[in-house]
Amino acid sequence: MSARSYQPPWRRVIGYAFLVLLAVIFIAPFVISVATSFKTEPDATANPISLIPHPPTLSAWQQILGIGPNASVTDFPRWFVNSVFVSTAITLGRVFFDSLAGYSLARLGFRGRKLVFGLVVATLAVPGVVLLIPRFLVLKELHLFNSYPGMILPMIVDATGIFLMRQFFLQVPVSLEEAAKVDGASILRTWWSIVLPIVRPGLITLTIISFQGSWNEFQFFEVATISPKYYTLTTGLADIVGGGLSAGNQFPLKLGASVLTILPIAVLFFVLSKYIVRPRLAGAVKG
Amino acid sequence: MATVSHGEEPVTTAGDLEVERLSPSAPRPERPPSPPRRRRSGLHRGENLFGWLFVSPSLTLLLLFLVAPIILALYISFTNWSGLTSPTSSAVKWVGLQNYRTIITQPGLYQTNFGSAIRNNFYFVIFTVPLQTIFALWLAVLVNNRFLRGRQFFRTAYYFPSITSSIAITTIFIFLFQGSGVVNTILGWFGIKGPNWLYDQQGIFWDFFGFFGLTSPPAWANHMVLGISLWDWIAGPSVGMCFIIILAVFTTSGTFMLFFLAALQNISEELDEASEIDGATGWQRFRRVTLPMLRPALVLVLTLGFISTWQIFDQIFLTASNPTVITPAYLSYQVSFTDSAFGVGAAVAFLLFCLIVFLTVLQRGFIKEDLTQ
Repeated sequence: MSARSYQPPWRRVIGYAFLVLLAVIFIAPFVISVATSFKTEPDATANPISLIPHPPTLSAWQQILGIGPNASVTDFPRWFVNSVFVSTAITLGRVFFDSLAGYSLARLGFRGRKLVFGLVVATLAVPGVVLLIPRFLVLKELHLFNSYPGMILPMIVDATGIFLMRQFFLQVPVSLEEAAKVDGASILRTWWSIVLPIVRPGLITLTIISFQGSWNEFQFFEVATISPKYYTLTTGLADIVGGGLSAGNQFPLKLGASVLTILPIAVLFFVLSKYIVRPRLAGAVKG
Repeated sequence: MATVSHGEEPVTTAGDLEVERLSPSAPRPERPPSPPRRRRSGLHRGENLFGWLFVSPSLTLLLLFLVAPIILALYISFTNWSGLTSPTSSAVKWVGLQNYRTIITQPGLYQTNFGSAIRNNFYFVIFTVPLQTIFALWLAVLVNNRFLRGRQFFRTAYYFPSITSSIAITTIFIFLFQGSGVVNTILGWFGIKGPNWLYDQQGIFWDFFGFFGLTSPPAWANHMVLGISLWDWIAGPSVGMCFIIILAVFTTSGTFMLFFLAALQNISEELDEASEIDGATGWQRFRRVTLPMLRPALVLVLTLGFISTWQIFDQIFLTASNPTVITPAYLSYQVSFTDSAFGVGAAVAFLLFCLIVFLTVLQRGFIKEDLTQ
């Protein structure tokens, strides 16, 4: 046994107290947000730190859920549905196209494969900030600006995902596919019925990180759309925080909306995190 | 990646891939199949066709929404495009290097804004990167203890802010750091009067100079560089920028903690215990045994940190009423979409791009040197 377990008890107590304090600091902002979303605006301003709303009110949540007198100013239900729709479409697109391309780059010996793989790796290194104006330009040119396809299609491009899936496919024993081919299965069939089920952990991982990424995306949606009807939770929330509301600071509403934005991803992540796996990458970059 | 939480979402980036490289017991993957052969056996029939068929949807999107846009934007940075017409129409005039001159050499508003954006971001980077790296490493060491109860709880708690939407967490922080908000209330318990975090433009180095009686700029400090005075250059991060730094460290440390954890778990327990039996103290063990083994993870975290902190955007979008927090990434957006000066905006973006590439190459050089030694 290691000597470390013989720490004096008082040191261990202090150590744990410290870890708990840190955990409180990390969690407190979210707990305070939940509490504040049930407060009245004067209460939220006067007692920002109190965890007990006095008096408690559902008015922020009524507005968020689209019921009650003030609901017309903001349209959270629509933004929520937009977020769900756009994130789901992007995630499905990424998982499908990435596993096609990843399989092709891992297993199918086509002419020009090295070149394509090189391109994928090169785009991994492009800093997101240079894409801000360029993507707007191309959406304009293709008449996709301010539309759902315009929000979805560019986000499906995902060099990271292609790379990730390629690594997962590389781990599948080649003998399995060869056996299938000897039995007369086509490439499409081998991919769909033999290989894809094996890389299911990879598909689940890609699904989780794609959904999280597109749900939290702000920068791209901000430049890809202009009409409020295309607001997602992030662009809609940014609009009201940036002054889109007429009166007061409305912190209960803003914090309630923040909780609404964070909660689905938190649930998704902590329920599914045990399924997240990472491919073995050691030395695999050399195609 | 870090961005992990600044400009980009943490979990989806290339950095995550790297984690595994450092993690334990990863067997070498199988070698990829040999490059395409000229003569194909029956087993490889159709691979050329299906290979292209499988890769073409992704390739098309990649060329259309990634490669073409970058080339088009480079072209735009040499024109006076206003965003209204098509960027390829005849109304768009080629202006050569004019946009670059406007932001670098020509005195005026754009030059001043660019200069202060570079200054703001520079201080953001040199404070945030070391702080988040040290903090993440420290958290990782804390929760890596084998005898710690509730390890999973602590890891989850520290990681939680990393998965949240940057807009939502910034909104929450704006509430916490208001003039009479949660943070200033707590500071008040200790008799400290907190600043007006979001709107305060005072550079914190100025306060430091104030201790030595230097309250106004000496003559030499009035010299202008990139549109702002030397006195402004040495101001340090403003109080408003300190708010962004705290926010960034808070949201990014958890991601980098996971990087360090993966690397820490790679260090064999025998090695650790051997040094312990040899009588090394906790700090000596960390300094002489753990830290050298963490070097690859450290280099990775620093690289990702430098790249992502130069791209911070979302957090600035919500706090941009304070001019001392505006960064080049936000300036590029603002100049393009508010002033309709897309040519200038694209030029700002490309200069930033060059800076990031330069830093990356520089870092690569360091790593290579490191490996050859």
